[in-house]
Amino acid sequence: MSLNQRLPRSEATDDEAVVPRRGRGTELLLLIFAVGISTFAYVNVDLGALGEVPADAMAYLGGFFVVSCVAHIVIRIRAPYADPVILPIVVTLCGLGLAMIHRLDLADDSSHATTQLTWMLVGVALFITVLFLIRDHRILARYPYLMGLTGLVLLILPLMPIIGHSIRGAQIWIRVGGMSFQPNEAAKIVLTIAFAGFLVQTRDALALAGRRFLGVDLPRARDLGPILIVWLTALGILTVQNDVGPSVLLFGSFVLLIYIATERISWIILGLMLIGFGIYAAYNVVSHVRQRFDLWLDPFIDPTGQLAQSLFGLAYGGTIGTGLGQGHPDMIPIAESDFIGAALGEELGLAGLTAIILLYALLVSRGLRASLVLRDPFGKLLAAGLATGLLLQVFVVLGGVTRLIPMSGLTTPFLALGGSSLVMNWVLVALLIRLSDAARRPAPTDKPTFTDDAVTQVVRVP
Amino acid sequence: MSELTLTVIRLGFLAVLWLLVLSVTSAMRADLFGVRPPKPPKQSRAAARQSKQPKAGKGLPSRVVIVEGPDTGRSVPLHGAPVTFGRGDDCTLPLADEYISTQHARLRFHEGQWYVEDLGSTNGTYVGHERLTRSTPVNVKSRFRLGKTVVELRK
Repeated sequence: MSLNQRLPRSEATDDEAVVPRRGRGTELLLLIFAVGISTFAYVNVDLGALGEVPADAMAYLGGFFVVSCVAHIVIRIRAPYADPVILPIVVTLCGLGLAMIHRLDLADDSSHATTQLTWMLVGVALFITVLFLIRDHRILARYPYLMGLTGLVLLILPLMPIIGHSIRGAQIWIRVGGMSFQPNEAAKIVLTIAFAGFLVQTRDALALAGRRFLGVDLPRARDLGPILIVWLTALGILTVQNDVGPSVLLFGSFVLLIYIATERISWIILGLMLIGFGIYAAYNVVSHVRQRFDLWLDPFIDPTGQLAQSLFGLAYGGTIGTGLGQGHPDMIPIAESDFIGAALGEELGLAGLTAIILLYALLVSRGLRASLVLRDPFGKLLAAGLATGLLLQVFVVLGGVTRLIPMSGLTTPFLALGGSSLVMNWVLVALLIRLSDAARRPAPTDKPTFTDDAVTQVVRVP
Repeated sequence: MSELTLTVIRLGFLAVLWLLVLSVTSAMRADLFGVRPPKPPKQSRAAARQSKQPKAGKGLPSRVVIVEGPDTGRSVPLHGAPVTFGRGDDCTLPLADEYISTQHARLRFHEGQWYVEDLGSTNGTYVGHERLTRSTPVNVKSRFRLGKTVVELRK
């Protein structure tokens, strides 16, 4: 539909006719593929676990298809030049996550999948809203200080007396009228926007002004001050809330963003040193962190055996897995949230888990690609910040599940059960789509496609 | 459900999953190697690279002139430093046009090419009919409009 609207224009300027590839057809094809895989996974779970095709398989296929198509059509209207592979990857990940949650439902006799499906609908609705509300990503750059403040307020909310709510030792929930929400998922995005906004304003000063110290170009305090204050406060709040994962994520994306903004490798070195110091300090001060480290070094001392069961599951899965519905992922306590990576690894094996990790890598690479092509500094930083944030999150959570690094509570984006995370990741995807659309949109031509009825035309080209 | 069928399904699922990864990768190939219809951002970059040396002879814009609006006739030389337009006094070229924001637009020199970018103005900056949403390359004789003011780059 938007294709038809745009055709006359490209014909009019056809002396240097370059019709840019929008890739919407590719997106639709890949999307059909993604919906097919999601349904395949869902049916496969029932076949493996119960030996029969689920009665609602067609409804599932249809529902998934309709939801994906709505998102696709909105992209056609609002972001016609957006990257064609982002949405299909996200739909595939959501589908795989739903299938695995459904599989754990069958084992545990729960009904998380319905909840997750509802949240996915909310997520897609927000995705559409964001695409419609934000025409130009640069409006987000206007109020970096306000954004930073919003991010901090979101982080503080769970500590408030009435709405704050603690689940399994982590004070990261708010509960309003029966609905629970993790505001830190929203804070993650808002703070990335705020950081990108700050850094655009100060990056020249950050890169050029200041003095060298130990081979590192240290910026002036007044340039870095506001960001450091936001960052330190955020970390402080997260420590009080007993939630390690988001602190790691926040710190990591912060350092990477500064590195991208200033192009100084010294920031990475400084960041790694700070991470080392931070981990050492946290290990000695916060009992929660020390406990995580102890479990990492010796998973068998944990009475719930979460990590140990996860490792057993991965080993049992082997190279090609036990097949969906035929393993025992339900033996991992709370497998549907943090340890969904292990559950998928058991039933799809190394081959399947690698494919999933590759899908994430491709998604991140599309974000970085948009960042490379975009010309405005804020868009560049925001795209890179969102992409690296996703990358870090996947690394931290899958690294934790496979015992590469200590486990820290972060959700696997799109796969894991959890409404706030799913919804906010859809918002993140909407921003990536918006940014990639801006990146791939052809530059406006110098020659106006002049028509006589355009009365407001001010530029007259001879 | 027999063991064999389940094994076939299991392998089939993994195959389909990898097929998706591969088709996504092949959909991206266009971006990596730049096949058939070249995408404008790439093309302009390639064009900039190609014409870098000849352009120096052909001439980069050396002056920016107001050709329409209240400030018609004013001009500013281009040396490579960014030039800002707007009603604010701190702009390189302060303008009296009421339809212009305090900080409206900026000309910026980058890798042998001048770019015009909108600084988040209320009424927007236009090249032709298109409202700018990002940096756009401009050359000698390019015009852009802010408010009622039209700016032209000259040699």
